[in-house]
Amino acid sequence: MLKLSHLDKTFNPGTADAKRALCDLSLHVNPGDFISIIGANGAGKSTLFNAICGSFFTDSGTILLGGEDITMQPEHVRARQIGRLFQDPMRGTAPDMTIEENLAVAAGMRTWLSRVTSKDRRAFRDRLATLGMGLEDRMSQRVGLLSGGQRQALTLLMATYNPPRLLLLDEHTAALDPGTAEKVLAITRQTVEQYSITCLMITHNMQSALDLGNRTIMMDDGRIIYDVSGEERSSLTIHDLTARFRDARGRELDNDRMLLGNV
Amino acid sequence: MELSKILDLGQTALELGLVNSLTVLALFLSYSMLNVCDLSTDGCFTLGAVVGAVVAISGHPLLSIPAAMLAGSVSGLVTATLQTRMGVQSLLAGIVVNSALYSVNMAISGNKAQLAMNKTETVFTMAKRLLAGTPLSGAYRLIVELIAVCLIVLFLSAFLKTKLGLSIRATGSNADMVRSSSINPVFTTTVGLCISNSFTALSGCLMAQQGKSYDINLGSGMVTVALASLLIGGVFFGRSGVTLRAVGAVVGAFLFRVIYAVALRFKMPGFMLKAVSAVIVVIAISGPYLREQGKLLLRRRRSGREAGVC
Repeated sequence: MLKLSHLDKTFNPGTADAKRALCDLSLHVNPGDFISIIGANGAGKSTLFNAICGSFFTDSGTILLGGEDITMQPEHVRARQIGRLFQDPMRGTAPDMTIEENLAVAAGMRTWLSRVTSKDRRAFRDRLATLGMGLEDRMSQRVGLLSGGQRQALTLLMATYNPPRLLLLDEHTAALDPGTAEKVLAITRQTVEQYSITCLMITHNMQSALDLGNRTIMMDDGRIIYDVSGEERSSLTIHDLTARFRDARGRELDNDRMLLGNV
Repeated sequence: MELSKILDLGQTALELGLVNSLTVLALFLSYSMLNVCDLSTDGCFTLGAVVGAVVAISGHPLLSIPAAMLAGSVSGLVTATLQTRMGVQSLLAGIVVNSALYSVNMAISGNKAQLAMNKTETVFTMAKRLLAGTPLSGAYRLIVELIAVCLIVLFLSAFLKTKLGLSIRATGSNADMVRSSSINPVFTTTVGLCISNSFTALSGCLMAQQGKSYDINLGSGMVTVALASLLIGGVFFGRSGVTLRAVGAVVGAFLFRVIYAVALRFKMPGFMLKAVSAVIVVIAISGPYLREQGKLLLRRRRSGREAGVC
């Protein structure tokens, strides 16, 4: 499904600030996988997502998605197959436009000169209703007026309106209050299952890293240091994870939010 | 002042306001929608004027309109290409194109700083002949302009609701979101600037033909005048839908002309036009900011005083 081979990326090469953010990283994602990704601050988790999405091109290595080589494809072309959500709920929507207009852009109408028809509008309404946030009755309101949780739920709907092959979730519930985060996570789960989207999710919540999905990978220093699924994963505890990290890296896992949140 | 004189002044303000409003609508698209401050506006306005004048003088008054608009959109294409594909910052791209346009405009006019169109057949003289003898004969200029402005407003209000129009708006609001919707913001920016610059050129073309003369300095300061008008219009229709906001841009252009006409009545010299527009732009843009700062200053003072009491 998604095959990353020997990805390498160095920021500011040749300067004192040079940082090798991805080191010979390879990963094979199977169709239907839901992988949770954990790792210390600066481990390269978001960089990995940026590389997959095409926010920048990697220095070397190849990215295959569904058999197609997308290594040098520009970001907006890859976006046809890849949906992405960020931690910041503001990043996925256009605040100056209405909910309906945002959905219209995301849904992608037939031709450049197509307008939103009443049929489109009904479809938007139906999909919005599945979020259970009452947004279907506020379609003509500006998105800037919505709360963070509502915007993130809307972003999720927009990213999956035409179900992508791959969905990348970059701590997409971390900026929300616990109740809303729970709700957005439930919607995420439901959407991913309904359209059987392959999904990678970065999280700092080690418990949900183990609870959600079928596979967990741990990153450090631009590498994947632990990749677990199946039997072994189902018996893992948070304690095992931190121990794993210590064994692999010879130091403690230093993600503040992780430690404060869970251990 | 007698009534007829007021009406006269009103009509002049309306005529100039309508012609300018086309540039204001151009900025409405580029500045308000696309969030690009297009500083090539001055040069592009003059470009439209000179192309329109040259084509009309050569005996094709009707052709002058599409010719000017085409020239404008080519200029927009250059500005857009510089900023989206060649790594030139947005503001600088406009400035560079603006100064290059001076040479282009001089070249088009055959190295003349002025062109007279006293005996030239233009869209206005054509309208005048058509309307001769009807009760509307005195308002022929107004009618031509009204038609142009209405067409552009109608176009904008329809266009901004299409997928392309919505994508252009989204590009100005959040380019990341556009990219993740599989739309190339380079494309939307380019289309937006081409269209907006064609409006600016149309505005210049009509301005020259209405005044029956072209001058290389016709467009200088236009961007400030248009921005001022746009911001005045935004005061009334800033939070409405796109159609009303486009109408607001036209109203803003008219109000700006009225303010200017009144200022002239109070013996303000004509050359103050640009200073007035500059001041309006500054007030409209920095007003909200200064108000916030003022509030902070008050709070700081108050807390300082309270601390003193304790």
